[in-house]
Amino acid sequence: MTTATKPKGGKPITRLGDRIFSRSTFVAGAAILAVLAAVAIFLVAQSLPALLTDPANLKGEPSSFWAYVGPLVFGTLWSATIALVLALPVAIGIALFISHYAPRRLASILGYIIDLLAAVPSVVFGLWGIKVLAPAVQPLYTFLVDHFGWIPLFSGPVSGTGRTILTAAIVLAVMILPIITALSREVFLQTPKLHEEAALALGATRWEMITMAVLPFGRSGVISAAMLGLGRALGETMAVAMVLSPSTVVSFALVTSVNPNTIAANIALNFPEAFGVNINALIATGLVLFVITFIVNFIARWAVNRRKDFSGAN
Amino acid sequence: MSTTASTTSSLISGQLKKRVPWLLLVACIAVAGLVLGIAGLSNGGTIPFDPVGGLIVGFILYGIAIYAVSRRVENPRKAKDRLVTAVVSGAFILALTPLISVAWTVLSNGLARFDVAFFTQSMRNITGDGGGAAHAITGTLLITLAATIISVPIGLLTAIYLVEYGRGNFAKAITFLVDVMTGIPSIVAGLFAYGLFSLFFGAWIRVGIGGAVALSVLMIPVVVRSSEEMLRLVPNELREAAYALGVPKWLTIVKVVIPTSIAGIATGITLAISRIIGETAPLLVIAGFTSSMNYNLFLSTPGSPNPMMTLPVFVYDSYANPGANVQPYLDRAWAAALTLILIVMLLNLIARLIARFFAPKTSGR
Repeated sequence: MTTATKPKGGKPITRLGDRIFSRSTFVAGAAILAVLAAVAIFLVAQSLPALLTDPANLKGEPSSFWAYVGPLVFGTLWSATIALVLALPVAIGIALFISHYAPRRLASILGYIIDLLAAVPSVVFGLWGIKVLAPAVQPLYTFLVDHFGWIPLFSGPVSGTGRTILTAAIVLAVMILPIITALSREVFLQTPKLHEEAALALGATRWEMITMAVLPFGRSGVISAAMLGLGRALGETMAVAMVLSPSTVVSFALVTSVNPNTIAANIALNFPEAFGVNINALIATGLVLFVITFIVNFIARWAVNRRKDFSGAN
Repeated sequence: MSTTASTTSSLISGQLKKRVPWLLLVACIAVAGLVLGIAGLSNGGTIPFDPVGGLIVGFILYGIAIYAVSRRVENPRKAKDRLVTAVVSGAFILALTPLISVAWTVLSNGLARFDVAFFTQSMRNITGDGGGAAHAITGTLLITLAATIISVPIGLLTAIYLVEYGRGNFAKAITFLVDVMTGIPSIVAGLFAYGLFSLFFGAWIRVGIGGAVALSVLMIPVVVRSSEEMLRLVPNELREAAYALGVPKWLTIVKVVIPTSIAGIATGITLAISRIIGETAPLLVIAGFTSSMNYNLFLSTPGSPNPMMTLPVFVYDSYANPGANVQPYLDRAWAAALTLILIVMLLNLIARLIARFFAPKTSGR
């Protein structure tokens, strides 16, 4: 791009406009690094008082800050994991449907329809989750507890409102569906045509072609898409804050009225009324969330970039 | 069952005719609807007939039926293929269910208060009926505008740096961290803005510009990524032609590269706006709640907070803190949700129109 500009021998001529312009673009780039660093620094600075204070000052009087944040971390990871487990098979199915099953002409329209899900603001999903989804799935929960209550996941007593962690996870799953679908679709479309045609020419059915050519090629891409979806589910706030009826417990039960809360939802619910060191405590939990999502996204991006280096597709 | 294929031609023997799966699907849904309907009636009509449930049961029935039929007429491999086709199409339809449900719920509940008063009045001194979200709409527009003004120069210049100047580890670090920044949870961005402003002013801080800062943390990476992609699409021949005419590099970028890609950049920025305009959590933390109109993004009187209502927070607040009579609050929440979705849809539409009408002509010769 720029190599053509330098004449051989002698100094390249740089004008004032050039210098100003290249400096300002550099400053903008550096500003992004600064912002990311500032996010980390300000969160740490505001968290320190909560870590240093007497835990008795914190809401609920836990034995230490880590006892306060522990159940929240569990709830965050647990709800995001359920959401991922629910969303991933469906997302792969949709991606395959759009990339390999739907008629070519319809494919982009169908993709756009799924992308519409991403356009719905999270607060609307929250309102929908509590007013429509929770009442709709509550009879199903009663059924699950009555007939499958011996499985620890579905142990009773059943929630009367349907505002359980499973409902929240379903809403989260709907929200991360478009991300995972879009990325998986891209990867599946990159499968070398020759591999697919070779499999079909050997007499494979479409599904056999997909298991032999498409899925092995797309595996790492799907994994990183899932990680990005997980990152999104970990940080999602409003849907969980509105749907879940939370308590401070560590519990794997999916359909009872005693549910672990998530970090993000806990902040949203408590921040408007918080004061004093409790604000710092909430910011400290936000820092924990930041670290968790940073690690997840870091691994996902690393996997994406590694794949870019080694795949022959691009 | 249609096993008649073997009589017509040996080439298509042992295959199901094209229309068979479709007939089977219709039959299965009909059977499921019938069975569920009868079950509902025999229960004394206590269980209302659920069309969605009927469709789901019918589809599961279809999966089993097509597998059995195909296994009998064709072979196990094809049977599996047909089963997977059914499952994969089912996944797509499953994903449509929440979309249609959300659209229908928001539309049917939101229209009740989607009137003139909703767009012209604030919630000041309103405890029951009436009132509106004019203050929230104003707040959303102001904060989003401020966030755009902050994010677009930084994002666009960074994209230019990455495409035109950036080499080596610094550019690589920026690319990577922009990717990571895309994953910052929105509530953490809000906490960052709160941390930043409360350090300078105090723990009471609630101010509109803080919301704009939080939103720009979320918006900048989106702008960088989309602009970068668009700038990379500009063919190198255009740059080289400009250099060959002796045009300085910065003028080449400003007069050649950016005009060529401006449609794509504008589309990306519009989509970025539509992504942040529905954010609730950061505004909840730093912009706060109010029921009054507020045109001032900054602090008006020193030492006192200047909260600014926004549309997503209005939805949340109406739902979470209703008055004694809940219904008017819920109606307003749904109407605000409808407004929000319409704004996002409108932005998406604008983005598509920009992309279509202002795209550079590909064949100008």
